[in-house]
Amino acid sequence: MRAVLLMLALLATLPAKAEQVVADMSLRDVEITANFDGSDILIYGAIKGAREEEGLAPLEVVIAITGPTGPITVRRKEKRFGIWVNTESVKVARAPSFYAVASSGALQETLTYTEDLRYQISIPRAIYAVGAPAEITDPENFTEALIRIRKGQNLYQQLDHTVALQQQSLFSTTIDLPANLVEGVYPTRIFITREGVVVGKLTTFIDVRKVGLERWIYDLAHNRPLVYGILALAIAISAGWLASAFFRVLRF
Amino acid sequence: MQIYLPIAEVSVNAFLLLGLGGFVGILSGMFGVGGGFLMTPLLFFIGIPPAVAVATEANQIVASSFSGVLAHLKRKTVDLRMGTVLLIGGLVGAALGVQIFSILREQGQVDLLVKLCYVVFLGIIGGLMFFESLKAIRRAKGPHKVPTRKKHGLVHALPLKMKFRTSGLYISVIPPVLVGVFVGILAAIMGVGGGFIMVPAMIYLLGMPTKVVVGTSLFQIIFVTGFTTLMHATTNYTVDMALAVLLLVGGVIGAQVGTRIGAKMPAEQLRILLSIMVLAVCAKLALDLLIMPSELYSLGSGGH
Repeated sequence: MRAVLLMLALLATLPAKAEQVVADMSLRDVEITANFDGSDILIYGAIKGAREEEGLAPLEVVIAITGPTGPITVRRKEKRFGIWVNTESVKVARAPSFYAVASSGALQETLTYTEDLRYQISIPRAIYAVGAPAEITDPENFTEALIRIRKGQNLYQQLDHTVALQQQSLFSTTIDLPANLVEGVYPTRIFITREGVVVGKLTTFIDVRKVGLERWIYDLAHNRPLVYGILALAIAISAGWLASAFFRVLRF
Repeated sequence: MQIYLPIAEVSVNAFLLLGLGGFVGILSGMFGVGGGFLMTPLLFFIGIPPAVAVATEANQIVASSFSGVLAHLKRKTVDLRMGTVLLIGGLVGAALGVQIFSILREQGQVDLLVKLCYVVFLGIIGGLMFFESLKAIRRAKGPHKVPTRKKHGLVHALPLKMKFRTSGLYISVIPPVLVGVFVGILAAIMGVGGGFIMVPAMIYLLGMPTKVVVGTSLFQIIFVTGFTTLMHATTNYTVDMALAVLLLVGGVIGAQVGTRIGAKMPAEQLRILLSIMVLAVCAKLALDLLIMPSELYSLGSGGH
């Protein structure tokens, strides 16, 4: 039934020119400095060439920001010998370190199930979980936990009704990036939907980077760990020496 | 003021870190302890990943013990020979400890290991200290009794004897090396100097005179924690320089203030206070392990 509806919807949109999106954002480079404590990003744009016919369902906008994606291990604690210990674990093949999806309506209504599957827009779809070990009977609990924990840290955000859409053409939304961001390129996808079907799409990028001292420390620690370790020791020893010398002077 | 820690990758209040450093510094100055065994759990509580807390704390201990050993060298209360023997054991232990740490980190058990070590050792040390000082207070009120020290034991029976002139000892090197190995493992796993284990071991096991014990243990701790820092930096990449600097600025100032406060307070009451604090930290960590956590799942980095 759903598939038939989808086909009909596709047929209906086929002859017309697809809606085009133009968009920009207040910030393209997010710089993680020593006192970085999160950042608000304003994303705005316009829909061009929207069909205006009688009886046509209104357009909706969905905006998704995806952080650097990689594998992650989700572990579950169990009571063993009276204490709570990590026992079973599931490796999630691909999970974004940050994911925010904002929409002009409720996400469930602005997007059909198939379109969500195709474009991987909702939070559960953005996570690619396969290959749970055979002895784990409930891998879905692990993915749910991943989403729950990341939502709690504000790293996964589902923001329904937060995209303002004016006169079916101008849209804008603000997405709050938390302080505990991982650096990398954050693809930002903007979807225009009608009756739950994607009719226009635009991808742009936000660059999140550590800069200045943060950049330098991080690079040194990973690229030249021995030099980094020696430097850390040198700082510690000179601080210890300085403190005792300083207080000796102060005492006399 | 929030500060983003480049290695821990969390954002923390800088004044909170300075304050923590200062607080633990004052305590360490007052009680003459390194403070690592209090600082590392406190770092867990404010949300620093345990792996980073342990490695960074090792780095901070280098600073505080270096500051301390200078004073002891001047007073000639460091047994360099004994220190070196302990150190050889310590380096072996630290290398082992970092490897154990690294393996368990991959299996997601490192938090458990670190916390278990803390619960066990804080419990033992805190408990011993508490009863010891209670007894001392009672003894001070009652008639004085001179404790008798055993003159001959295992340390004299084993082979490979060596003269330790500063301590006035002629004993086998095997027990001090073993003490060193044990403390080295603890230093790497728990992010502590291990003074709280080594000092009693030196007095009761090796029979060293009390006046050289603190200086000698500090001497050994500098090198073992220094080595641990290097090992953690190169194998686990978990030393956070920004965190270490903030902690040690607070720490070194606090330690000097603490020394002054300590000089004005009666020693036995001071030790009871410390033991209560140690037991409180121990209890908090133990409860975390015993009570069902509100979140049973946790996320590990990478796909290992």
